[in-house]
Amino acid sequence: MNTFFFGIYPYIALTVLIVGSIARYERDPFTWKSASSQLLRRKQFMVGSILFHLGVLFIFAGHLFGLLVPHQIYEAMGIDAESKQILAASAGGVAGVAAIIGGAMLAHRRLTDPRIRATSSFWDTAILLLLLAQLALGLISVPISLATYEHADVLLFMAWAQGIFTFQGDAAGHIASVALVYKLHIVLGLTIFILFPFTRLVHILSGIAAPFRYLFTRTGYQIVRTRRQPRREPAE
Amino acid sequence: MKIRAQIGMVLNLDKCIGCHTCSVTCKNVWTSRDGVEYAWFNNVETKPGTGYPTDWENQDRWNGGWIRTKSGRLQPRQGAKWRVLANIFANPDLPQIDDYYEPFDFDYDHLKSAPEGTAVPTARPRSRLTGERIQKIEKGPNWEEILGGEFEKRSKDYNFDGIQKQIYGEYENTFMMYLPRLCEHCLNPACAASCPSGAIYKREEDGIVLIDQEKCRGWRMCVSGCPYKKVYYNWSTGKSEKCTLCYPRIESGNPTVCSETCVGRIRYLGVMLYDADKIEEAANAAEAMDLYDAQLGLFLDPNDPEVIAQARAQGIPADWIEAARESPIWKMAMDWKIAFPLHPEYRTLPMVWYIPPLSPIQNAAEAGAIGMDGAMPDVRNLRIPLRYLANLLTAGDEAPIAAALERMLAMRGYMRSKTVDGLIDEGLAARVGLSTAMIEDMYRILALADYEDRFVIPTTHREMVEDAYDLKGGCGFTDGNGCSTGISKGSLFGGAKRPLKMPEEVR
Repeated sequence: MNTFFFGIYPYIALTVLIVGSIARYERDPFTWKSASSQLLRRKQFMVGSILFHLGVLFIFAGHLFGLLVPHQIYEAMGIDAESKQILAASAGGVAGVAAIIGGAMLAHRRLTDPRIRATSSFWDTAILLLLLAQLALGLISVPISLATYEHADVLLFMAWAQGIFTFQGDAAGHIASVALVYKLHIVLGLTIFILFPFTRLVHILSGIAAPFRYLFTRTGYQIVRTRRQPRREPAE
Repeated sequence: MKIRAQIGMVLNLDKCIGCHTCSVTCKNVWTSRDGVEYAWFNNVETKPGTGYPTDWENQDRWNGGWIRTKSGRLQPRQGAKWRVLANIFANPDLPQIDDYYEPFDFDYDHLKSAPEGTAVPTARPRSRLTGERIQKIEKGPNWEEILGGEFEKRSKDYNFDGIQKQIYGEYENTFMMYLPRLCEHCLNPACAASCPSGAIYKREEDGIVLIDQEKCRGWRMCVSGCPYKKVYYNWSTGKSEKCTLCYPRIESGNPTVCSETCVGRIRYLGVMLYDADKIEEAANAAEAMDLYDAQLGLFLDPNDPEVIAQARAQGIPADWIEAARESPIWKMAMDWKIAFPLHPEYRTLPMVWYIPPLSPIQNAAEAGAIGMDGAMPDVRNLRIPLRYLANLLTAGDEAPIAAALERMLAMRGYMRSKTVDGLIDEGLAARVGLSTAMIEDMYRILALADYEDRFVIPTTHREMVEDAYDLKGGCGFTDGNGCSTGISKGSLFGGAKRPLKMPEEVR
């Protein structure tokens, strides 16, 4: 069971995430969108959306660096495992609270506003509730993490995540003994990875790409397209 | 000199009767779908009024268009690129759908299915968003039709800037005009500049501004970026949509649907050649009042042999240059100087221009005499204040508007004397700086307005650039959904689609 959820399921999830996203981008780009509902109701959206997005993005980046950067680098910077766990739990906790407040506002708006409810698809609502559940699990784990910081569980998660990405067959073994809430958090997170290509979550990729495209690869502001082909020089 | 061709439009407001045929035919063709019920790619507003969406002209409120910064740089008014990106989670400048109106329908079925009763059954309104009953419709398309509503509300019209507007609320002094509006297909489009995904582009061949529906991600910065509020967010597909200048018709040499169906024959379409290298300089003119002249300075004379040679060398087809020489737009904007851009102060260099309307002579009855300036009535006595038209069309500069109105009055005077008295009044023509030949040409194009004179549209040379094999088996315009209309439920991602070859980007 442990091997399936933490040894095999991550590969299933990542494969669906990557292949599914490429397939959608390639085969059905018309459906790739943020699906914003701001036009229909501004109320609760401005504050809710900003809190939610900033919080989630901060947490996401924290997970990415926290799990995948090798521990030696942290030690070289003078951060031992215990203080890293405290840092992660407290910074993540603050961002998590912001995200869950924002997310709750968005969920309340989505479920109670007649316009938004009538125009939501099943997955628009479901994915928001799943993200809220994931945030809640993450926040529940914060006090546990802070209370048990001397165990330095964070090392186990890093070993697991890095083991997955370096294709070590025994990666699941690292986190066999952690508290249940962590395990639920991981399983739900991987499930969200699987849902990613089939829901509006794909807009995250565009959101990450947009600053690079807009700021760096676009000279000036305007875009002109032509159908004229470059003039071919007549063959000598 | 980088020469590009642009299909421009002129609307002769002097002849607009406000019948909304343009809006209705446009809607039937383009926006009779879920998600864009509220959207009118073409709409006709009664002025003075706050318009659609409400107060759209007030850029202090909506932050549309461009602004010249203190350091003299040109940037979107909603912010430079980093600022636009920072608004991506929640756009503070985006209107809510109620600023347009909540789309509604009526329970028509009730009229025939109601049980027998004492009262005549009625069709009551229902929201198209929620499907729920609307007790009272607060706003609809063309809500201010023919000065509907109180003057108190309508007088919030931004074009009253610098005018003592109270007297225009009095019945004796009231005035009105129609303003049909569509996408301006700007030379410096603020919507395209605001799009973080790079989905909005201007076509090099004909200047039409389009949104790539497959690249649009629904960040909705274009909606707030466009000062004319002519980009609409489709709440059903999650993509932005706008007027396409009916490009499938334009490509085959036909006028847009709004132009084709205009019963007043007020619309003109034609080619303008312009120098793309000067766009930024023109849009960044120091003073707002200089922008009209700066835009005139962009246009290239299609009769100039050097321009013709350059245009040919840069790949503009010969029939396009020929069309530019016949262009009614060139005549009205450049030769006769009677057409003007809508709100040049937005710095977008719009390409849908307007001929200001004449109006009855103010105070003629009470004064007992009409204010005459020689043989012609004084345009400053017209019922629509000159300043109002100037605020609309020249960023407040009254002189060009006065000159245009005088030329239009002179044309009437000249033709009246010619047809009624049999006299050719060369002096009248000369007084407004026109020759008799020009005035008769004006009469032919403005008054008679034959189809061939209104629409001088060369066809697109698809045969030179397109691989017909890619189009084999295509089905035309089906919302990016291959050969089926609507959404295929069977698809994994909620839609089915075959890839379409899109034009290449150029620098």
